[in-house]
Amino acid sequence: MSKVVDGLYYAATHEWVRVEGDYAFIGITDYAQDSLGEIVFVELPEVDDQLDKGEEFSTIESVKAASDILAPLTGTVVLINDELEDSPELINEDPYENWIVKVEMEDKSELNALLSASEYEESIE
Amino acid sequence: MFKYLPHTSEDIKEMLETIGVSSIDELFKEIPNDLMDPSFDVPKSHSELELRRRMNELANKNLALIPFVGAGAYDHYTPSVIRHLIERQEFLTAYTPYQPEISQGTLQYIFEYQSIVAELTQMDVSNASMYDGATATAEAMFMATAARKKQIVLVSKTMNPNIINVLKTYTRYRELEIVFIDEKEGQTDLEDLSSKISKEVAGVILQTPNYYGIIEDFSSVKKRIEEAKSLFILNQDLASLSILQTPGSMGVDIAVGEAQTLGLPLSYGGPYIGYLATTSKLMRKMPGRICGVTTDTEGKRAYVLTLQAREQHIRREKANSNICSNQSLLALAVTVYTAVMGKEGVKEAQMNSYKATHYLAEQINKLDTFELVYDADFFKDVLFKTTLNEEIVEEALLKEGILGPLQLSKFDSSKKGQLLFSATEKRTKQEIDHLVQVLEAL
Repeated sequence: MSKVVDGLYYAATHEWVRVEGDYAFIGITDYAQDSLGEIVFVELPEVDDQLDKGEEFSTIESVKAASDILAPLTGTVVLINDELEDSPELINEDPYENWIVKVEMEDKSELNALLSASEYEESIE
Repeated sequence: MFKYLPHTSEDIKEMLETIGVSSIDELFKEIPNDLMDPSFDVPKSHSELELRRRMNELANKNLALIPFVGAGAYDHYTPSVIRHLIERQEFLTAYTPYQPEISQGTLQYIFEYQSIVAELTQMDVSNASMYDGATATAEAMFMATAARKKQIVLVSKTMNPNIINVLKTYTRYRELEIVFIDEKEGQTDLEDLSSKISKEVAGVILQTPNYYGIIEDFSSVKKRIEEAKSLFILNQDLASLSILQTPGSMGVDIAVGEAQTLGLPLSYGGPYIGYLATTSKLMRKMPGRICGVTTDTEGKRAYVLTLQAREQHIRREKANSNICSNQSLLALAVTVYTAVMGKEGVKEAQMNSYKATHYLAEQINKLDTFELVYDADFFKDVLFKTTLNEEIVEEALLKEGILGPLQLSKFDSSKKGQLLFSATEKRTKQEIDHLVQVLEAL
């Protein structure tokens, strides 16, 4: 059973969003990391890159697949988790602690279109 | 019965009946008669002796000329050991085998080749080689546009027009745009570069020594390129890096160019070999593949394929590059050349080429009919303007067994009378003096 954390927003494509003021941390869910298997590489965007809702902003490569990570909302990258460059497996170890990017949100109302923890949990059952 | 034609006449009859056709001829009757039974003007078959005689006749039509033309391809000496080694049957195969269990020799020389390229360029990583310098430059352009997700590249007008044409071809089916940086006194106008660079530019592509042979100083351009978050792509002749400034020391992001100058002869334009080296940061955007060294289960040294962009095998629609091969045999030639010549030998051949071209320039410059076009240091090419008729110069030299300089007007009609001469360590003082005498007599 995959872990889902309360208080986060979720995209149907298995990304989570943690909101802090005007900023959002984005990562992938436990379900996503479990499906991917052992992660060997995370291709990160750069600070100042623009994220467009629904468009890919990162690629995660595991021993069995390479998957595009889609932006759950629109915004500008203010921080990247560069620890993932050398230790991509951190996502396997704790997918909710090891975010990929921190973005400045352009339109907070986009959050309304995302799923709640319970809605996401239902969707992956 | 041919053993690869498996159908018996009964099979054929049955198939014809099934489709309702009476004979094979009827099956093909839509094809016009003159195409079905054309008459070819083919000579009668030859015996081995006759064939040899004929081929010799054809071979004798070749002219053994002394080249004084470079413009990207240079007549350096090729030690005979190269040919003996690369033609060994273990190496000379149509398809390069990569399985480590059976290909340690192949994988090892690719590893050595990469190490040589990394050392000469002072870059972090090199791939296993590219088809030639021009396509390597185009692949670098794709790397930059993919890495930066921008569609514009700046290209200096001092680049060899052959490379520019290949870049243009590569942009045709992608939505990429080339914006040219003007030239000033035969060199890249760095002020124009500064004014054209912006956050929309994925990469800046420069060349030194440039088309005119001029050694351009790019040691200060990195800052301007980096500020725009763009990538610095530099095309250089690989052998020249033994004596000129290295891309690694200039902050180049992607170093590319021709490696023909390390052991490959001039032979009707090829086959040549391109190199591509980059930083660790851009490694995963690199086309082609990397061989690495590791240890096997018994702890012994073993060579393996280490890295190749995943998109070449999965998610092909997202690939930056369709190159999944390399110039393996020629990479071996480069490796053997560099090993045979040694660090000092490679340097000496390049230094002597520099000296020969400078001696040549000094001598030509004494002639009233010739004048240096630019006042800047040059390497293996030097550009003159002549008051003589270019065709007459070419013919007069040909008559003396000399392949004369490149007429720049062949690429750009505004450059009438501009002739690009070249010399390498192979050109003797006598040969150069002879060339000058022929020019003087015109």
